Amino acid sequence: MKIMRSLVAAGAAMVLTASLSACVSDEAADGGTAGGDGDSITIGIKFDQPGLGLREGSEYTGFDVEVAKYVAKELGYEGDKVVFKESVSAQRETLIESGQVKLIFATYSINDARKQKVSFGGPYFIAGQDLLVAADNTDITGPESLNGKKLCSVAGSTPAQNIKEKFAQQVDLQEYDTYSKCVQELSAGSVDAVTTDNVILAGFAAQPQYAGKLKVVGAPFTEERYGVGLKKGDTELCGKVNSAITKMIDSGDWQKAIDKTVGPSGFKVATATNPPKPDAGS
Amino acid sequence: MGKFGQMMAQFDLLHAFWVTIQLSVLGALGALVIGTVVAIMRVSPVRSLQLFGAGYVNIIRNTPLTLLLFFCWFGLRISSGIQLGLPSDPTQVLSLRWAIIAVAVYHASFVAEAIRSGVNTVPQGQAEAARAIGLGFFDSLRHVVLPQAFRGAVAPLGNVLIALIKNTTVAATIGLYEAAYTMKGMIEFYPQLLYVTFALIALGFIILTLPTGIFFTSMSRKVAVQR
Amino acid sequence: MNQQASVLFDAPGPRAQKVHLIITIIGWVLLIAAVAGVLWGLRDELTPAKLLPFADPMAWTGYLLPGLGATLAAAATSVVTAIILGVLLGCGRLSGIKIIRIVCGLFVEFFRAVPVLLMMVFSWYFFIFVLRVPSAWQSFAGVVVGLTFYNGSVIAELIRSGVHSLPKGQSEAGLAVGLTPSQVLTSIQLPQAITAMLPSLVSQLVVILKDTALGSLIVYSDVLKQATELSTWKGNLIATFIVVALIFIVVNYALTSFAQWLERRLRARGARPRPATAPPTAPGLPTV
Repeated sequence: MKIMRSLVAAGAAMVLTASLSACVSDEAADGGTAGGDGDSITIGIKFDQPGLGLREGSEYTGFDVEVAKYVAKELGYEGDKVVFKESVSAQRETLIESGQVKLIFATYSINDARKQKVSFGGPYFIAGQDLLVAADNTDITGPESLNGKKLCSVAGSTPAQNIKEKFAQQVDLQEYDTYSKCVQELSAGSVDAVTTDNVILAGFAAQPQYAGKLKVVGAPFTEERYGVGLKKGDTELCGKVNSAITKMIDSGDWQKAIDKTVGPSGFKVATATNPPKPDAGS
Repeated sequence: MGKFGQMMAQFDLLHAFWVTIQLSVLGALGALVIGTVVAIMRVSPVRSLQLFGAGYVNIIRNTPLTLLLFFCWFGLRISSGIQLGLPSDPTQVLSLRWAIIAVAVYHASFVAEAIRSGVNTVPQGQAEAARAIGLGFFDSLRHVVLPQAFRGAVAPLGNVLIALIKNTTVAATIGLYEAAYTMKGMIEFYPQLLYVTFALIALGFIILTLPTGIFFTSMSRKVAVQR
Repeated sequence: MNQQASVLFDAPGPRAQKVHLIITIIGWVLLIAAVAGVLWGLRDELTPAKLLPFADPMAWTGYLLPGLGATLAAAATSVVTAIILGVLLGCGRLSGIKIIRIVCGLFVEFFRAVPVLLMMVFSWYFFIFVLRVPSAWQSFAGVVVGLTFYNGSVIAELIRSGVHSLPKGQSEAGLAVGLTPSQVLTSIQLPQAITAMLPSLVSQLVVILKDTALGSLIVYSDVLKQATELSTWKGNLIATFIVVALIFIVVNYALTSFAQWLERRLRARGARPRPATAPPTAPGLPTV
């Protein structure tokens, strides 16, 4: 028992050092107090993704929000010291570069093109592209079964192109500016499936008004590592963010947040990859 | 230039403008038909038809086209009674059809107002003379008032058509692959070609609207009724 | 207009009245049937669960009213900037210097030909990628610039045609008393042209207000975008669109009515100092 405990402790310590060392950067941080005046912190989230980042009047809910609040608390900001700001996909890099937000938790996949402009902490979640279908649908089992079907996604996003190029050339694409329109179309039966990251889809399926009507197919076919966007080269902040995420995972609060936000849809996180090790930023 | 070639290969700009042209032409035809009917209602002897015509113009003109299109696409399309083709038709075909409906219905209110202003240019004596030789309501409209009204309405109708061509860009919001939709995709994937992209699409619209404007101006001079 | 219409037909006799009544009844039946058919088709979208969110004050204070405020702010800013730009361009097109006339002419023709949505999308990305203005202003600036360039060009044309429609004697008289051409333009022609063009200017206002709805595509937090967010939360997209359409109809109708009232008032007031140019259509209006 004692050995066990010390092993866990050692493991945690290793994770901690690993996560700290993962944030090395050859660029010096300019260390400004961007996105916060020392008193409060501004964090970019999505406002229109149920289960991840959703504005409900003056409240914000979702998994991204839970992680953001936890990390902010670890950084010393709590309650109304945390200011949430909408960060739509096209604006995320400029928000960070210009210092209008300190951190971004907005289904922000880590990739090389983005790394040229911003640094990433995390990942705090590993998602994968998946399909959302009507609960009674049995003939759509994966991207290959989409030929001749109507598939909805958001314009300018890669998921839909991905399917068309790699899996089903005959798929009939419908694109909008928000996922909520796609989900509306799916619930009305005008499209057969909606595609994007599984956790986003689960967030919609978990909404009370869609309860029991929609389901995530559950066969993710890509890997999206959700990172925390922050100013390029700010290794100090990156390290703090990573240790906060590690602490959240180890304490079990990470799992609680998942169960609370996207759990009601019946969505199960892929335990092979989740919870992830926050090792980005290198 | 390599990036530019890559962008042009990825986005079919000619097809996008072809969709814009289809939407413009068919939408304009629909608007002309509906607008004429509404204009006739507004000058008709039946009070309820006058009210209907006025109500149509006031409601439709004060609604943004975006919302009208959303209502048609998200609302009427799933409404069981109205089907513009099979549900299994490709989404691009369906969205083009519904966009034509929305564009026609919206611009019909402006067409109706243009024709009404054309009717106003017809001197009252013309209508009186038509009545005096025994023509009924429809005959005097058909043979005397409307032919002159259309001539007087050519210039405002031209303005409506130009506005219509440009307003077809709203169909981008329901995912129709027309010019504005294509431009948004181009900028998102190739932000470094921002200016070229904008110049290209703007040029396309200038090619569509400028000759239309010139044609209608010269037309309105040619067919103007000398008084 | 009403006189015009009434000479197209006789006062209806008993038989015509009967026919009218039948047409009216058939018309109402058709209209009600059509509306009922649409509502029936949308019965799954207009359930109490999807309509009740609008009874919650949060829907209004948290979403629709701030959205409407943003819509009105963008529209009001655009009106001011468009009028400034329009007057400048209009004067430019009437300038005595050829190169200014040509440049302003090209400018006006270009922006009248380019769709507002295109201009908004372009300027939005321009503000994001090139100017890098604060994100709170990116969308607002995109909306205002898009609306300003287009409507400024339209207003420039209105002013030009307004000045051209003035009697030649006006500018000749100005020149005769020793004013320079630009003084004639600014102190004699423009005031009259703007008054004459007021109705068209005001109807342009409604156009601007409606076109702000395009801003939701470049994520401006206007009433349409706020409403879309609300509907994401509540899952009632179609009901929300209908409510937003009603808001627009009410606001625009109020604006149009106000404009017509303003126009009548201005006309009545303008008739006193300049009886010669008072529009002949308003002889009965009191000149108080």
